[in-house]
Amino acid sequence: MKSLVPMNDLYALIGLIVAMIAIQVALNKKHPTRWTSALFWGIFAFTFIAGDFVPPLIIGYLVIVMVILAALGRVKAPSHSEGSGKDERIHLAQRLKWKIFIPALAIPVVTVIGTLTLDRLKWGSAVLVKKEDVTLVSLGLATIIAFAIALYVTKAKMNVPFQEGSKLLQAVGWAVLLPQMLAALGGIFDKAGVGNAVSHLVKGYLPADNGFVAVVAYCVGMTLFTMVMGNAFAAFAVITGGIGLPLIVHAHGGNPAIMAALGMFSGYCGTLMTPMAANFNIVPAMLLNLDDQNAVVKKQIPTGIALFLVNMFLMYFLVYRF
Amino acid sequence: MLKLIGILVVVIGFLFRFNTLLVVMGAGIITGLVSGMSFNDIIEKFSEIFVQNRYMSMAIILTLPVIGVLERYGLKERVEMMIAKAKNTTASRILLVYLFIRELSAAIGLNIGGHAQTVRPLVAPMAEVAAQVRYGKLPDKVMQEIRAYAAAMENTAWFFGEDIFIATGAILLMSGFFHSVGMNVGIWDMALWGLPTATAAFLISWFRLYRLEKRLGRFGKTAQAKTEKGGANK
Repeated sequence: MKSLVPMNDLYALIGLIVAMIAIQVALNKKHPTRWTSALFWGIFAFTFIAGDFVPPLIIGYLVIVMVILAALGRVKAPSHSEGSGKDERIHLAQRLKWKIFIPALAIPVVTVIGTLTLDRLKWGSAVLVKKEDVTLVSLGLATIIAFAIALYVTKAKMNVPFQEGSKLLQAVGWAVLLPQMLAALGGIFDKAGVGNAVSHLVKGYLPADNGFVAVVAYCVGMTLFTMVMGNAFAAFAVITGGIGLPLIVHAHGGNPAIMAALGMFSGYCGTLMTPMAANFNIVPAMLLNLDDQNAVVKKQIPTGIALFLVNMFLMYFLVYRF
Repeated sequence: MLKLIGILVVVIGFLFRFNTLLVVMGAGIITGLVSGMSFNDIIEKFSEIFVQNRYMSMAIILTLPVIGVLERYGLKERVEMMIAKAKNTTASRILLVYLFIRELSAAIGLNIGGHAQTVRPLVAPMAEVAAQVRYGKLPDKVMQEIRAYAAAMENTAWFFGEDIFIATGAILLMSGFFHSVGMNVGIWDMALWGLPTATAAFLISWFRLYRLEKRLGRFGKTAQAKTEKGGANK
């Protein structure tokens, strides 16, 4: 089925935004790492615009260039900020009153409306949006609408969003690359069979001859492997196939639905506790200007451990009973 | 076992605080090499998945220009004025309400939040201002802690709420897995058995917020005592 709004259009739009940021960096004579930062953001923009038709090997080497630039400390945010002063912002806030909230709230509201409707709209035989893309396209649409409302409400000039957006993105810096990099690492781990090695290791060290130990092995395996991969979905098939199904369901007659539901939650406890889940844990720390990039993970570790234990005992008490 | 060397690289890299991008790339290359892939094979595979996962960077890049404009035009200051009027509110209460709304809406299949979409522009500033209205000026370290809690609430609510809804990726993934091994497991069963843990996630987070508020209170008192002492000395 053809879709009228392919994801490529959105990626091209993102590429253009990042390209504008790269150009701004290049034009900023006071930027501490002017040319290397511009190169970094320029390459990042290129991966969005051309990622679908440039050979992967070329993109791969360009990504290596980005990694090296970041590792050498050549991708920095400009230190001084030329934005508005606090007094000016208070004045503007008094003038705009509650209207300033409309664009901010438009993002979640339009996203939800889009998610519920967009994949049902059809034009002849073509759907407007493919079902698997609908959340992302809705979010994209929501930000575009919010962008227009924001410019209308604030009467800001066109250069303001790029200036301010560039400042925010540079504050997040090279960490913005981490989620994609970690996904790629997960792919390499997957191809190399790291998951099976982990599941053998857990099975080998935990004698799974009683039901409780089987539950412990499965939950620990899900949490550990999720922490390694940064992604519970990647862990699920490997650990459930390797430990959960043979030990809990087949050997001890456990309920597969309960095992799967609570097993996935064990994985999420791992997601709370690992810097590898960069889009949930590291990028937000940069986005919120926290000095310690692991600050969010550290706050989540007590919750993760407590919830892991509750969840594991719930599984033990429920999985063999229903 | 040699394949696990990549995990070791990651752990050591994080411990010694090397550049994270470098650690991730290094771990990928080493793991690929020990499992018999050529360097170019590894780079090609790495790049393919990197490109496939571009959607992960989408929310943040698309929302930042909007949030940039709004913050430049006084969004945070407006939040301050609003919260300053609501004298009874506290940082933990604001985060608890967000946790509740976010988890409940996720459970009925609505994705209303996100770190870039709601936490940075709205939730974190609201909580910060509420703490300052109640306890006076707090050290930057404490303000950072409040922001970190805001991010933690977003994650906890979203992870554990989402799985209760039948049409989410997680439930579909599980049911796809069972299909692939020739078993038939009902999606409603999987969704509903998630309820006790989802409730526990809420209660544990509630307790964490309660403790946070106590700590804020202590910080507030020492900060006040300091200013009072300073006043007496003058």
